Amino acid sequence: MISISSWDGTLSAAEFYVAACAFSELWKKFNLALPQWSWIPSSKRPGIPFNHVEGYLSMENVILPSFEQEDYQGDDLMEKEEYSCSNVDEFIDDAILVQNYCHEVNHYDFHIVYSTSYRVPVLYFRAYRSDGQTLLSDKIEKDIPPNSAKLLTKSKWTFITQEDHPQLNRPWYTLHPCGTTDWMKLLLTNEDSVGQDEVASEKYLVSWFSVVGQVFGLKIPFEMLGNIGTL
Amino acid sequence: MDSKGGGTEAQKFVWEGAIPLQIHLHDSEVTTLPNPPPALILAPRLGYLPLLVPKIKPFFSNSLPPGVDTVWFEYKGLPLKWYIPTGVLFDLLCAEAERPWNLTVHFRGYPGNILTPCEGVDSVKWSFINALKEAAYIINGNCKNIMNMSQSDQADLWHSVLNGNMEAYLRVSSKLKLGTIGDDYSLKLNSTSKSRQRTSDTDATAPIRTGRIPVRLYIRSINEDIDDLEDAPIVDSWDKISYINRPVEIWGEGKCFTLYNAVKALLPELFADKHLLTDNVSKAEMEDGQQSEEISSLRSPEEGGETSTEHAGSPLDTAEIKFLRIQGIEPKMEIPFGWVVNNLMNPEHYLHICVYIKVVEPITI
Repeated sequence: MISISSWDGTLSAAEFYVAACAFSELWKKFNLALPQWSWIPSSKRPGIPFNHVEGYLSMENVILPSFEQEDYQGDDLMEKEEYSCSNVDEFIDDAILVQNYCHEVNHYDFHIVYSTSYRVPVLYFRAYRSDGQTLLSDKIEKDIPPNSAKLLTKSKWTFITQEDHPQLNRPWYTLHPCGTTDWMKLLLTNEDSVGQDEVASEKYLVSWFSVVGQVFGLKIPFEMLGNIGTL
Repeated sequence: MDSKGGGTEAQKFVWEGAIPLQIHLHDSEVTTLPNPPPALILAPRLGYLPLLVPKIKPFFSNSLPPGVDTVWFEYKGLPLKWYIPTGVLFDLLCAEAERPWNLTVHFRGYPGNILTPCEGVDSVKWSFINALKEAAYIINGNCKNIMNMSQSDQADLWHSVLNGNMEAYLRVSSKLKLGTIGDDYSLKLNSTSKSRQRTSDTDATAPIRTGRIPVRLYIRSINEDIDDLEDAPIVDSWDKISYINRPVEIWGEGKCFTLYNAVKALLPELFADKHLLTDNVSKAEMEDGQQSEEISSLRSPEEGGETSTEHAGSPLDTAEIKFLRIQGIEPKMEIPFGWVVNNLMNPEHYLHICVYIKVVEPITI
């Protein structure tokens, strides 16, 4: 438990593990039309067996939802016709995430890795075609909501960058963690929690993902956020 | 520890440190006969390889096949990560210092599955600034002081790094209030009464601080028993290097926090309690004037005297440290960590440490 009044928006490595377990449990419970999160234990130190609590969360082979009509600015509508099938509209539902059943389907792997420098979770992702070929930012731009795409190109060095994945040692895309503590603090201390003066670490990742997922058009059902108490 | 004006003796050596490089154009990109001769260039330790491209391209531009330049460097088949400072790459990949260091340059065929993209000087600049922000975050809990830098200060900072100008660097970086390291031990010696807490306030003098120190550790395992470093197997993949980007937390009341303490904090498994038994033996060996083969985790510098702790571990371990390198030197483990950081850190405020370990048993997963 973290005391709200003095909380700086960060969490420890141990708290991250707790949050990760809680998050993946909740995700499973809600049975969204998306793959499950798994915990991948890992160690950076050679010759030393790893401790299960060191690792990261992984959700792989995700197909991003196509955008709902109202998220669109006029121009992009034409492009959308190209990428989505004509009968997709029938399946659009606010609470359910839609799969794009078309020919040109891009796959995404998401990893949530703890940063010891920033003391917050950091999202790493990669995109690839069905045949496994890695996609670059020009293709990724077309898969994500227009506002994110704008940020991708404008703040090239500060928002989404390519870095070496800290565990896998290959170039992955990442959302820069600077600023995370500021909005996490706002998010968790402004909740309907009158009388509560502590923040449960279990809540951290759900709240965090509710913001970060939006970059990719992945929306967490409202009920999931309110559900932590039942864990 | 005067960081106003000229900097310390050690800092001068570090800023002036350079690696002589002999750069060859990759065979596949040579379109003229005879082959162009290699470019000879002195690369600053604190700099980055892509920054050398404007100087070396003229050597090769006539030979290049048509196309757009996507420059990358390689050492014995290993594509080099461009965001790692040149001196660190040299200390890590050349077990036995090779002078000049023979590298291969490519202008085509960027290995995007191994190296993050690099579009020249701008990429290096932003990588540097991001590293600096991360360091500020570790030190102060926020990177406000970096974000709030004026355009001209940012430009001055970057140019001081580009040009290897230590005085200019010290002038600008002191405004960042990232402080110098002190601990209780040296504070007692200096009898200043600066507070020990992490500072994010803006007092006029550079604050002395304890707390979290930005460190980047690069571990190279040598699985064989080799006597001559020249025979060390070459690194042909980055999977053979463990990279640990983790802050060190300085602790200890009234005791000196040493380099040994710092490395132990980062790699605790390599320093387990086995040494307790060998304490007395080591002391006896030392009195004979021989180098101690063991590190005692109980002995502090005041009691132990001249402990040369370049070799650690006992046969019971699966891994032991052979030696470590910082800015090309092998510092003694009992040097106060604060001194090591203040004098040997890179301009982005990170201390880069290359550790060579010997793994005695095969790694089983």
